[in-house]
Amino acid sequence: MGSVLETTMMLLILSDMALLGLSRLRTCIAVASFQGMLLGVFTLLAHEQALTPRIFLIAAVSFILKGFVFPQLLRRSIREASAQNEMDPYVGYSMSVMAGMAMFGAALWLGEQLPLTLAAGMHLVIPAALTTVLTGLFLIIARKNALSQCLGFIILENGIYAIGIVSVVEISVLVEIGILLDAAVAVVVMGVAIFHINRQFDHLDTDQLDSLKG
Amino acid sequence: MQTEAYMNLFLGLAFAPLLGGIINRIKAAFAGRTGQPLLQQYYDMYKNIRKGAVYSRTTSWLFRAGPIVGLASVLIALALVPVNGSTAPLAFTGDLILFAYALGLMRFFTVLAALDTGSSFEGMGASREVFFSALAEPALLLGLATVARRAGTLSLSELLAATSVTSPELVLVLAALGIVFLCENARIPFDDPNTHLELTMIHEVMVLDHSGPDFAFIQYGAALKVWVLGSVIVGLILPVAGGKFLLLNSAALLGCMFMLAVIVGIIESTMARLRLLRVPQLLVAAGALSLFAFILSMR
Repeated sequence: MGSVLETTMMLLILSDMALLGLSRLRTCIAVASFQGMLLGVFTLLAHEQALTPRIFLIAAVSFILKGFVFPQLLRRSIREASAQNEMDPYVGYSMSVMAGMAMFGAALWLGEQLPLTLAAGMHLVIPAALTTVLTGLFLIIARKNALSQCLGFIILENGIYAIGIVSVVEISVLVEIGILLDAAVAVVVMGVAIFHINRQFDHLDTDQLDSLKG
Repeated sequence: MQTEAYMNLFLGLAFAPLLGGIINRIKAAFAGRTGQPLLQQYYDMYKNIRKGAVYSRTTSWLFRAGPIVGLASVLIALALVPVNGSTAPLAFTGDLILFAYALGLMRFFTVLAALDTGSSFEGMGASREVFFSALAEPALLLGLATVARRAGTLSLSELLAATSVTSPELVLVLAALGIVFLCENARIPFDDPNTHLELTMIHEVMVLDHSGPDFAFIQYGAALKVWVLGSVIVGLILPVAGGKFLLLNSAALLGCMFMLAVIVGIIESTMARLRLLRVPQLLVAAGALSLFAFILSMR
């Protein structure tokens, strides 16, 4: 089963690279949705020796929230803001993918430095999760469009979730689901903010918020 | 022993132009046409080789050397790739680097010959070819390096014998090599081998001034290049059946090459050519796949 887990992690990293390299917002949202479902499955795979109702609950909630609710909220934001379907990068797509590979390298190195004891067959989990965190941060920084920044936040949360799943032995359901709901609220709030940015300025280019005088 | 080593050489020399025929037939079938005969490329080459060549007065010896060096280097590359499970005639340790750069030499001389004509049109094609191949080369080399590291050998013959699709890394490498295969052979989605529209052409535009036997050499070289890169990909996929089963291995190789041609035909029938701006992105993605596989194999 170790190799199934490994393949899952490789798919996670590949979806990160796809997010960095793709230019269409809707495609990126679809990839993020796939990543969310992947994490739901991963939750079950990581705890397959001790499948408790608790694990099932966490897996199901994250599968549904990350795989369907968040993408749906984002799609609604696109529709309401009638945003254009481009990511508006500061850093070009090819360059982003190369940066992504560099982040993966850094994550591998960082993963070795962390004093975590993981079960066998899980050595790729921490690097993959760290890559996802870094990808999320990168998307927030390197894209102008407010929606892609929101997307970056979701990806960032995905990475943190993956680390949490393997590193904390006994996570309280309450804490885990609380975090997920926090993320959900954040996405809703961002959706509202995006709507207002769009109404005020007729676009979602956060760069132009600089022109506001405080 | 001897026949074993030279088997892929024979197969390639004999059947490489047939692959183009198969691709064209598949495309014709998709479009609802009958299509040209399967052996059309052989007819074309036979026709060209009987004709005389025309040389522009502005060209130098480089222009004449281009097709010959091109064909010779692809033959060297072909002599490095064995039928799965045997050893190629020119095999030595580290030959996969020679393999990559024999193809590089072929490209280099095609580009030089194109530039030698002084035509701005061919210069444009040369510029594109060099740009794209500069991006495709890391993907190819890193992909081969990944496989070499897993197999623990630097010789293409041993490497093809030692690997079959067993790990996710190899799937990544195969995806990257598949993209490189399409790019290096100027197939859709990188270049449309049928079009003669100046805005989009890459490979075809560079060889416009060649005629007669030179052009036949170029056609044969291009067909062999498809065979060479294809047989590496097929060799990576196919499990080896041991040295004794030469006929079985050869038949499997041949069958898989025809399958590959069918797949290329299907890709060409169902996809549009990429915008020129998108091509580097796809190649960088292929490079990233290779690099990713390489990092994974380093652990």
